[in-house]
Amino acid sequence: MPLLEVRDLKKYFPVRAGLFRRTKAQLRAVDGVSFRIEKGRTLGLVGESGCGKSTLGRAILRLHEPSSGDILLNGRSIIDVPRSGMMGLRRQMQMIFQDPYSSLSPRRTVAQTIREPLDVHGIGTREERRRQVDRLLDIVSMGPQVRDRYPHEFSGGQRQRIGIARALALNPEFIVADEPVSALDVSVQSQVLNLIADLKRDMGIAFLFISHDLAVIQHVSDDVGVMYLGRLVEFASAQDLYRDPQHPYTKALMAAIPVPEPGRKRTRLVVKGEVPSPIDPPAGCPFHTRCEQVKAVCSVKRPLAVDVGASGRPHLVSCHLYGDGGQ
Amino acid sequence: MNPDQAPLLRVRDLVVEFSTEVGVARAIDGISFDIYPNETVGLVGESGCGKTVTGLSILGLIPSPPGKIVRGSIELMGKDLTAIPEKELRDIRGGDISMIFQEPMTALNPVFTIGNQMVDVLTQHRNLTRKQAHSVAIEMLDKVGIPAPGQRILEYPHQLSGGMRQRVMIAMALSCGPKLLVADEPTTALDVTTQAQVLEQIRLLQDEFQMAVILVTHDLGVVAETCDRGIVMYCGSIVESAGIEDLFNHPCHPYTEGLLQSIPRLREKPVDRLPIIPGRVPDLFHLPSGCRFADRCSKVTDRCRQEAPVLQQLTGSTAVSCFNPVA
Repeated sequence: MPLLEVRDLKKYFPVRAGLFRRTKAQLRAVDGVSFRIEKGRTLGLVGESGCGKSTLGRAILRLHEPSSGDILLNGRSIIDVPRSGMMGLRRQMQMIFQDPYSSLSPRRTVAQTIREPLDVHGIGTREERRRQVDRLLDIVSMGPQVRDRYPHEFSGGQRQRIGIARALALNPEFIVADEPVSALDVSVQSQVLNLIADLKRDMGIAFLFISHDLAVIQHVSDDVGVMYLGRLVEFASAQDLYRDPQHPYTKALMAAIPVPEPGRKRTRLVVKGEVPSPIDPPAGCPFHTRCEQVKAVCSVKRPLAVDVGASGRPHLVSCHLYGDGGQ
Repeated sequence: MNPDQAPLLRVRDLVVEFSTEVGVARAIDGISFDIYPNETVGLVGESGCGKTVTGLSILGLIPSPPGKIVRGSIELMGKDLTAIPEKELRDIRGGDISMIFQEPMTALNPVFTIGNQMVDVLTQHRNLTRKQAHSVAIEMLDKVGIPAPGQRILEYPHQLSGGMRQRVMIAMALSCGPKLLVADEPTTALDVTTQAQVLEQIRLLQDEFQMAVILVTHDLGVVAETCDRGIVMYCGSIVESAGIEDLFNHPCHPYTEGLLQSIPRLREKPVDRLPIIPGRVPDLFHLPSGCRFADRCSKVTDRCRQEAPVLQQLTGSTAVSCFNPVA
């Protein structure tokens, strides 16, 4: 049984306009996404801004109420759990946010911040909580001397460590990490990535790791999903996806990354145009307006996921070049 | 770089300080460099290293107070920009030197159409009627790859996507034929596929307009792909300056080496742990005496802690400020 299973999850936001704020359209942020995460594994979710990756992460924790679909944690559906019941579930599911400057309260000390989940859930005695905070600070490589200091005294990387310690406070099985290193400088970024790798190994925590950076995703992930306009266009093990990307969008994304090796002039696949609006997404395949290999069927029929992997190594691609659509 | 040519821009011993409530912060501490006609130079470093302040000083845009150029000269074709009156500087800014910024929305005026803003710039710096300026503006928008420029020119900044806004900024910056373009993180706010398009565009335009470009960025990948030379900054000083091949293939400063190693990049075979630079950037009020990188450096000696190294030319194109450069 997978730790987390997401089935055909959708999240639409109403677009209101006019005098009576009538709903004029739906913004399809997440438009039918399914995947599984096994215990202790990391799924990397990659895509450009507006592809719905953050909305998906939040919808799984029900920080956004999903519009339809199902979410199963340890085999149990959490989609209909009332708000009051979500509190208990959040002991198992936590989140690390992108911006370490806005995700920590400036009025709370480090110890208060990290202790807050323990207070809210009424875990342990005062003394036990104190020791737990020290233990968490130690896990994220910060000394107990920082306990009574405030967030503004810390750099971005240190704040992100505090945010991670808070997410770990309740011993969760699953953490959604939404762009946790994007706001950090490179020299600090790798420190935090190594920390996350340690947590995964030592504590067996499963991650949904959301990032726009394919290189970061490769480093942390066991499996990788590529999103475009609210849909998963490709899904495979990290090894297979990076060695042999199949979807034209994945290929384009990989080709667009600037490589720190001068002179290596790659055959640059510059994708045309920009991501269309999710309010009025293109019919058929969402990528067909920018795709180099577009065919007539692409603008008409939405491609279904086809498994192109070796047996036992699923590699799903939603593209008409594969399966029945291809030859 | 062609050493026989006279440099377009000569920066000598530039010192910029900001006074704050807690004291004076020296953001730039005596940097010197040359920019030659038609070359692209990357100014790289992590946040707070002084790269943006360097770019702003060249245009005389340091907010004063609190900022102040304390010492040094910035000569554009022999004329010291720090010594001329504001009125004269205003003619040079947008004329001989232009700048594009990270977030085009903050640099464009939201209440005027794009055409209006472009025409203002053109009539200010070139002897054109508004009608002539209008057609030049359309021509420029076309050059930077904006579809239907005749339509777009009537629109307001909020009606454009991030990538399109950045193109408008570039069109505006280039409309008066600058000899030097300072581009401050021009693609950082953009998605990778859009970034690739915009970088490509800057490259094409540079050839066409025969201008020098200073590319201020934290992204070494972008530098490797677009620049002829790179200048690496750390805590307000230049630690290394080299031709692009030397900089990436034979980094001489331990900081440059560490930065290059710690970038997460697509790898054939993923590594277990990313190499890191230990510690963090010191803040400007608590700079170590001697070499500012000493506390994080693996090759530190007693001398590094007592004496500040100065930039020295090594063999080839590299200049480095380090007592124990990487061999």
